[in-house]
Amino acid sequence: MRIFQSTEAVIALVLILVMFAIGLVNPAFWGVSNLFSLAKSNVVIGIMALGVLLIMISGGIDVSFPAISVAALYITVRSMVALGYDGVMLPFIAACVIGMSLGALNAVIIDRFKMIPLIVTLGTASIIRGLVLGLLGTSIVNINKMPKELIEFGKQDLVSVTAQNGATVGLTAMVLVYLAIAVVVHLMLKYTMIGRSIYAYGGDAESARRAGINTRRTIFFVYCTAGLLAGFAGLLHSSMIWQANPRDFIGLELDVIAAVVLGGASIFGGRGSVLGTMIGVFTLVMVKNSLILMKVDTTWQRVVVGVIIIAATAITAWRDRKKLV
Amino acid sequence: MSTKSAEPRLLGRILGRDAAIAQLIIVTLVIFVLMTVLNSGRFLSYYNFESMTYLMPELGILCIAMMIAMLTGGIDLSVVAIANLAAITAGVYFRNPIVAETMGAGGAALILHTIAGVMIALMVGLAAGLLNGILISRLRIIPILATLGTGQVFGGLALVLTGGPAIVGYPPTWNWIGTGKLLGVATPFWIMIIVASVVAILLRRTNLGVNLMLIGTNARAAIFAGIRSSRMILYSYALSGVLAAIAGILLSGRTNSAKADFGSSYLLQAVLIAVLGGTNPAGGKGRVLGVLLALLALTFLSSGLQMMRVSNFMIDAVWGGFLVLVIAINYLRSAK
Repeated sequence: MRIFQSTEAVIALVLILVMFAIGLVNPAFWGVSNLFSLAKSNVVIGIMALGVLLIMISGGIDVSFPAISVAALYITVRSMVALGYDGVMLPFIAACVIGMSLGALNAVIIDRFKMIPLIVTLGTASIIRGLVLGLLGTSIVNINKMPKELIEFGKQDLVSVTAQNGATVGLTAMVLVYLAIAVVVHLMLKYTMIGRSIYAYGGDAESARRAGINTRRTIFFVYCTAGLLAGFAGLLHSSMIWQANPRDFIGLELDVIAAVVLGGASIFGGRGSVLGTMIGVFTLVMVKNSLILMKVDTTWQRVVVGVIIIAATAITAWRDRKKLV
Repeated sequence: MSTKSAEPRLLGRILGRDAAIAQLIIVTLVIFVLMTVLNSGRFLSYYNFESMTYLMPELGILCIAMMIAMLTGGIDLSVVAIANLAAITAGVYFRNPIVAETMGAGGAALILHTIAGVMIALMVGLAAGLLNGILISRLRIIPILATLGTGQVFGGLALVLTGGPAIVGYPPTWNWIGTGKLLGVATPFWIMIIVASVVAILLRRTNLGVNLMLIGTNARAAIFAGIRSSRMILYSYALSGVLAAIAGILLSGRTNSAKADFGSSYLLQAVLIAVLGGTNPAGGKGRVLGVLLALLALTFLSSGLQMMRVSNFMIDAVWGGFLVLVIAINYLRSAK
């Protein structure tokens, strides 16, 4: 029974139980189109969650990544429209660079002024959102104005199946992008010096410093990577829904943080894994999407999400309870 | 001569020999002068200051609630949701046909039902705060996550109660709390002064306050010193819940309506003002006077910017920039 001592196994077990419960209430859950759309909803949130995971392992917290995502996607798409440029590669690089610089801004403030990451990122989130909406405006770039190649990129399907009612449903190829990023982050965390230093820093910053780890480099790496992933996820989201809305992702930070905590990461730092996070994201997205399938009134959604956050954190708190204070 | 020596001592006591307070007074004055110069004539009008005394209190009370949570190194991200839920619950009570009918008759029944409504709102705030406190002190959930979760739950319940649209049609007595005048000064302003004084005394003159500061300074030492830590933390979140409910009453009284997503920008502002007011988010430090001064400074700032027709989005950005600036200044000051 050693397998049940790993956090991932426990979460996976919970996930499977919940899946069967939802399937019992409404068998439509197991339909191919539902499963495909579920996979699709995982991509953007999942990539963001991987960034948040890095920050949580380092013992920090970030509530500015939705703002960073929006800044990256909106600035990129608006410039593409203004310049009449169409393409895929360059815009994604631009979005990543924007995300990374904003992440670096967080890192500078956190590292230089030794301030609690929550307060810092609350501030930067407000600055970023305010500037984007205030300087660039609030208009949505619609499908008819969106760069065509970007839409084509987001449209690609991995496989498509003809459903019983004759409609074809496809599994978006973006799932591959998500999986690839997850593998890279996993390998980085497990087998590289910088990856191990994130765990060391999150476990005990002072010990990490004394062990000779360049903690400043670790902090910059963590926040820049999280920013980069947020920027990438933002533009990916935009190419998948065929529009660029500067008001997107409001309140998403709560969901993503909840998913990462659900996946077994400790907010005190030093704990967390890519696999766990992915399962956590899947669970949260699945529950949110299935509330409608289960005929739960939409007004109850927030209550359910809140209860999930509390339950997930209560379980992790129980796990970490050995501390006196 | 004696009055001269007593004066600095009194001043010193009020200021608490606190460099942060002196710094805040300077910041407030600088902003005040700047806004007066930039908006020649309009800023220094009676109407402007009168409207500030109506707008400030609800945010100010939320800031004090936030500060109380920060004293022990925590944070309360659910204050705005509690405020809305409390106001909406009272609104649902007033909507009850029997209540509405007896209130329509006016007179004593009107006042009695208003008092009942206030009590209901305060009870909701207390219950919500106690739930936060139990999750944080007994189940040992870290405050950020606990209040993030409960904030969703309270906001969600508010949504369930209203079904989406705003609740309107509060009784006139309720509106008086938010828009009325008492002795020529706005009622909400009086309420803020009373709340601030009570909390200030509570924090500086009672066991609860001293214990909270100790827990925030060194939680481990506080436990070894025999302080009933978890009970004190429970009380502090209950108090912050009740204050949030008072803010909710003022907000719904002023706007004559309540909605599940009202005042969502208040959350960041409350954190900002609490930190700006010299509260240490890591715990152990915080004063009501500092928070009130910071509130004044930022109210001047945003009211002045609004007069200059700066867009609300840019004002949000300015608030965020201000928060980062304050963090930097606090760091540089403490590094000396």
